[in-house]
Amino acid sequence: MVTGSKRGGIDLRRSIRRISERYTILYVLLGLFIILSVAVDSFFTIRNITNVLRQVSMVAIMSVGMFFVLVGAGIDLSAGATVGFTGIFFADLIVNKGVNPYLAILLTIVLGALIGLMNGLLVSYARLLPFIATVGTMSIAQGLALIWTNSYPVLDLPSSIEFLGRGYLFGLPFPIYVVIVVYIIAFIVTEKTVYGRFLFASGGNDEAAYLSGINVRKVRCISYIVCSVTVAISSIILCGRLDSAQPTNGSEWGFDAITACVLGGTSMSGGKGQVLGVLLGAIFVGILTNGMTLLNVNSNMQTVVRGVVLVIAVGFDVVRSRRAARG
Amino acid sequence: MDNTIILDIHNVSKRFPGVQALDDVSFEICRGRIHALVGENGAGKSTLIKIISGAERMDSGYFSINGEKASFTKPLEAINAGISVVHQEMRLVPQLSVAENIFIGRPQTYKKVKLVAWKRMYREARELLDSIGAESIDEREITGNLSIAEQQMVEICKALSYNAKIIIMDEPSASLTDRELTMLFAILRELRQRGITVIYISHRLEEIFEIANDVTVLRDGRMIHTGPVEGLTRESLISLMVGRTLDNEYPKEFVPAGKTLLEVRNLNMPGVIRDVSFDLKEGEILGIAGLVGSGRTETARIIFGADHSARLSGDILIRGEKVTIKSVQDAMRHGIALIPEDRQRQGLVLGMDVRGNISMASIDRISRAGFLSRKKENDLSEKSIRALRIVTPSGRHPVKNLSGGNQQKVVIAKWLAANSDILIMDEPTRGIDVGAKAEIYKLMTDFAKEGKGIIIISSEMPEIVGMCDRVLVFRDGMIGGELQRTEVTQERILNYAIK
Repeated sequence: MVTGSKRGGIDLRRSIRRISERYTILYVLLGLFIILSVAVDSFFTIRNITNVLRQVSMVAIMSVGMFFVLVGAGIDLSAGATVGFTGIFFADLIVNKGVNPYLAILLTIVLGALIGLMNGLLVSYARLLPFIATVGTMSIAQGLALIWTNSYPVLDLPSSIEFLGRGYLFGLPFPIYVVIVVYIIAFIVTEKTVYGRFLFASGGNDEAAYLSGINVRKVRCISYIVCSVTVAISSIILCGRLDSAQPTNGSEWGFDAITACVLGGTSMSGGKGQVLGVLLGAIFVGILTNGMTLLNVNSNMQTVVRGVVLVIAVGFDVVRSRRAARG
Repeated sequence: MDNTIILDIHNVSKRFPGVQALDDVSFEICRGRIHALVGENGAGKSTLIKIISGAERMDSGYFSINGEKASFTKPLEAINAGISVVHQEMRLVPQLSVAENIFIGRPQTYKKVKLVAWKRMYREARELLDSIGAESIDEREITGNLSIAEQQMVEICKALSYNAKIIIMDEPSASLTDRELTMLFAILRELRQRGITVIYISHRLEEIFEIANDVTVLRDGRMIHTGPVEGLTRESLISLMVGRTLDNEYPKEFVPAGKTLLEVRNLNMPGVIRDVSFDLKEGEILGIAGLVGSGRTETARIIFGADHSARLSGDILIRGEKVTIKSVQDAMRHGIALIPEDRQRQGLVLGMDVRGNISMASIDRISRAGFLSRKKENDLSEKSIRALRIVTPSGRHPVKNLSGGNQQKVVIAKWLAANSDILIMDEPTRGIDVGAKAEIYKLMTDFAKEGKGIIIISSEMPEIVGMCDRVLVFRDGMIGGELQRTEVTQERILNYAIK
């Protein structure tokens, strides 16, 4: 047996190793930050950093939802399309239907919840593969977004909505506060609540969770609802930022959210990940996009780079879980 | 029998992060003999096998085959060098035919055109099957339709088709019935006749005495003993494996039976179980024996609410009161626990720590209004770790790093924490080494003394005979017979199980 002091030493070393393993993303992020600071003069300025944070806020918020789904060993490919659909719905309510903005926000979030419920029911209860079910939902959401306004964008949202995307509160962009609140709630839910524990257990081993009396189906179903609700929130902020809504807005953000999660140490095979890692992952994705824009990388090339990053991140995850499986 | 050395293992060492899996292991294996490799879990058997079969590389040392130094970087090289492994879990493609599986990777083709020569392939598969006495297996049958035992034979034929000189059998008996095991032994003897060397790995010591010529014992990565089986006794072999003498393999104590805890009345599930009725008293250890698939596990899962169906009929009474169990949650409310047969797949969330696994079924006790109390959870887990003597650095340690015996204790701890008083344990000691087994048995005795009722479902007859007050023998989804402790013998159990 090890002595007390020796065990303390081992524990410390172990926890340092654990932190460095968990947050590899921290070093990567730091590296990217330094490179961009050196390469681009305008990168490391208050103006630009604020700008990055504001840009990243929307992907960051929906990454939390994606995190819930991934931890539950699912995946939501409809997230990107849902941004477009909920955005069109939201803007249309206010601009064309004259609905009170607060009520519109509420209704949009309810729409998000319904889309999530549909994903959840298909995956948990009808037992469709998450890939297939959510690709179906993706297509439905895309189509509905176009049908809703006959493919036209909705323009000229009132200035009260503009505040959500462009406004400042105590010197910081408003969306950043939303990010902080969402992450605090997500942290509490995943670390401190029964639901969080059940989600990790269900994703880690659904059979064992079921045989321990956990209602795995319900737990998973809720994770999809959480995901689409965060998507709706992101979408509302986007409407505020753009002052308008396009049916195709945010179509690629679903993949950014997956990239953010996986970069942040979330396992695609479920049951593993931390909220803080997801935030770092989302910031990485944001800085990368911002850096490429500042370096005048054309937008098509940016799409290619983001695909490469996604593949690399998932590749690392495969290696990581294979190593973990070997024990 | 000649005494040429076919496999010479020399100072082989292998280190994994945090554990010395093999430490300077040396021994020799003679040609044409059945050589058993035994040791507790974590003793280094699998690592050694992986190195010999090219799945893993050694850090230092070497081994030679027929006097030639070998170094494999991948399994195929080992196979080509005449070393094949028949794995515990089959590595066959269930959708393909037997013949295709035997010649998988290099199908028989015509000489000029690279097209599959089906006729020749079937013929050669037939010859291989016949050569080991597997006349009953059709070479054209879809492999997935075969029993585990038959698939094992196909694996052996596959090894022979590569001209294997050494066949490694990794826990071949784990899911075989006694009759199938007898057939397997006949095949192994036949292989030995033909000069093929068999390395036989098993936890069941009686098999080693029945079939093996030589035995090598590994413990904590070190070679402890190697030599002929002759002259060893079961006890001496166990003490070599464990490193100490085990005074009592089955620490059974007599506990007077209390009130009736559980009554099962005419439980029926069409096509699964028929008319199952029995009861369980406080302090009683009830054994359920029978072949795999005879309805043992199915009955347990139904009582536990895991397989509820509208077609289910019959009554379950707890302490004399009729209860409805439609879900696992219902069963838990009535104090029923199921410790499932496959602890890694069904019992544990391997990615979680010990603490989280222990508290998983008692979340209500460690939470309030949906929020977890870390303190309560820590207390619960510390208490369980102490009470069950779980060997782990701390409650925060990942459960996947624990040994099999300690993992099983974590599953048991989970249900003790949930205050269960009816414990159904399905194959409670499968894949657990001898020392840890005795500890699990000791726990069962303790639980019985506390007035809990225990049901042990097991394929290991000595365990049933050694631990149970009463035994139900399942056959074809029914209770085929019941035996009291005084009348239980392996023969009688078999008699009821097979008919």
